[in-house]
Amino acid sequence: MLAIVILFIPLIAGAASAAVTWRRGVGWICTGALACVLIGGVVLATQVVRKPAITAWGGVLRVDALSAFMVIVIGAIGLLATWQSIRYLDAEITSGHCSRRHATLYAVLVQGFISTMLLAVLAGNVGVMWVGVEATTIITTFLVGHRQTRGALEASWKYIIICSVGIALAFLGTVLVYLAALHAGPGIHATLDWTSLMSVSHHLNPGVMRLAMALLVLGYGTKVGLAPMHSWLPDAHSQAPAPVSALMSGVLLTVAFYALLRFKAIADGALGVTFPRALFVTVGLLSLVIAASLLLSQHDYKRMLAYHSVEHMGLIALGAAAGTPLAMAAVLLHILGHGLAKGVLFLASGEILLVEGTTEIDQIKALLARRPALGGIFAFGLVALLGLPPFSLFVSELNMARAEVRVGLGWVTAISLVCMAVIFGAVMSHGRHMLFGARADAEPVHRTPSIVSVPLVGALVGCAALGVLAWPLDSLLRAAAQVIAR
Amino acid sequence: MSSSTYTSALELAAGLVILCAVVTLWRRSLSAIVKALAVQGMALGAVALVLGLRQHDDVLIIVGCLVIVAKGAAIPTLLGRVLANDRLSRETAPLVNVPASLVGAGALTFLAYGATRPVVALVSTTAGRLIPLGFATLLIGFFSMVVRRKAASQIVGLLLVDNGIALVAFLATAGVPLLVELGASLDVLLVVVVLRVLAVRLWSKFAVLDLDQLRELHD
Repeated sequence: MLAIVILFIPLIAGAASAAVTWRRGVGWICTGALACVLIGGVVLATQVVRKPAITAWGGVLRVDALSAFMVIVIGAIGLLATWQSIRYLDAEITSGHCSRRHATLYAVLVQGFISTMLLAVLAGNVGVMWVGVEATTIITTFLVGHRQTRGALEASWKYIIICSVGIALAFLGTVLVYLAALHAGPGIHATLDWTSLMSVSHHLNPGVMRLAMALLVLGYGTKVGLAPMHSWLPDAHSQAPAPVSALMSGVLLTVAFYALLRFKAIADGALGVTFPRALFVTVGLLSLVIAASLLLSQHDYKRMLAYHSVEHMGLIALGAAAGTPLAMAAVLLHILGHGLAKGVLFLASGEILLVEGTTEIDQIKALLARRPALGGIFAFGLVALLGLPPFSLFVSELNMARAEVRVGLGWVTAISLVCMAVIFGAVMSHGRHMLFGARADAEPVHRTPSIVSVPLVGALVGCAALGVLAWPLDSLLRAAAQVIAR
Repeated sequence: MSSSTYTSALELAAGLVILCAVVTLWRRSLSAIVKALAVQGMALGAVALVLGLRQHDDVLIIVGCLVIVAKGAAIPTLLGRVLANDRLSRETAPLVNVPASLVGAGALTFLAYGATRPVVALVSTTAGRLIPLGFATLLIGFFSMVVRRKAASQIVGLLLVDNGIALVAFLATAGVPLLVELGASLDVLLVVVVLRVLAVRLWSKFAVLDLDQLRELHD
């Protein structure tokens, strides 16, 4: 019941904002809707942790600990992004880039985007999950192109073409899994329900499942931004408005990864761990190497953040390859930590673009001296994203590495550490250039409005708290990891 | 329906799907390519109809009719509108010439037969034998997206990929559950609408026709 309510909250908020033209009040309603989603996710989590899953609509919706966790991730980063959307739309309207009608469209699309992601994680049926992930592509295409510049339209073109092919492959993979279930044995009634697929997973034809899993990793992997299908990602994430980038990078990538985790659990049953592990290790390492080599030469800070997402998706793919309960718990914590840190950084970079008017790293200097609050948020965001303590990414990266070594993937950990060291150096040098330096005497110290600083500092504090105290999420993470781990 | 009529009708319809895919590589006028796509959409619908009649499955018959309407008529019409602007209507400089493309299509069909061996082994029916044709259509679609540069050609490639997948879905499983099937078909329709909007905007605002002109974003 609560699951249905959560699914409908953003839809209602979207309908409400469609009914009136954009004004600040509408923005606050949308932000409030996301706060409700977050609270709903927490309540759902308390209902399903250590208890059987809840179903609704005859099994179309199904909530277990993993789904509840993903609702919390969507709620938390969605709250940040809708809050900052108020700031983004105000600035766009004041500068004349965007009419009020266009702003209304933006608000409606963002709520639609969030409800499709919620559908994907709440679906109990892998077909409905596919429909949810697919619908995100169509909605976000318009959001990526919202600024209507040539670059933005070009990015949305690449985005929808590449992701549509990817999602079509994921559909083919789903069809093949269904085919394997149809032939699982006499007396087995085949459906696309995840639980029933899990229960017959040992009887699925291995040859068909290998082909299906390869297609699913390639297909959903496109939406996750895993190499070699990542090429849309830096364009789309750098051209989209900052709150949309935060949502796409912070949550959409991991919602697609969530779909892969569900299928990996089925494939582990059908094929044993070796084949799925090999697939995940391949795409994970490839993503890390590509992110490392391309981050070195970046001159645009939004693209830098986008490649950083490719790196983190590679890391969670490697964690999922290990697949033990410890590894999966770390993967999930990393999903939340990365979402918060990347959300903060994209939103801060949107503010930097707004006040400085450029996305070139070279043209921004001495942020800490000139804009202490904004510079500080950006600096701490980078520290969090690079996996330094006290932020939760440190804990999750450490535990993923431990889990990988324990299952004999030590060589993978070694390669990923080298890539991370390269990325660390590259981001530090870019970041140092933007942050440090002396302020010109004539220039005053700029203040950062509280609508920017309050939510972003809050998110950073949350990310640090998760790294220091395991308590609030510990039992949920364990329960969620148990759903998909071996 | 007698067994031999069923077999030949199914083979004819599935064969027509891949034949149309090859025609899209062969012809360079985009209006001819769109006609081939329309025929392909109808053949795909016919596959679902034949399977539905054979198995007395009403849902599958309805899906077949919907596919004929959506992929045989609606999508080609929409695509035809994009091409109303005649500067968009000819593929001038594909990266690979036509004879080489046709050889490529042959090679991809072999590849499809190789890759789908475990699937064909599992489904030992008349329909099952034809599954590689769906994979071949998918691969030809990929190929055409990679080697053709016009915006409209890329949409055509995407539709080939999608039709190939739909053919596999019908032949292998007689259609996944209706809800998902409808989601998938509706999705393609929406994607084509979105792409059309984008193509029109790119053309009217920035006079971009070739994807080679999309060079703003790179590393």
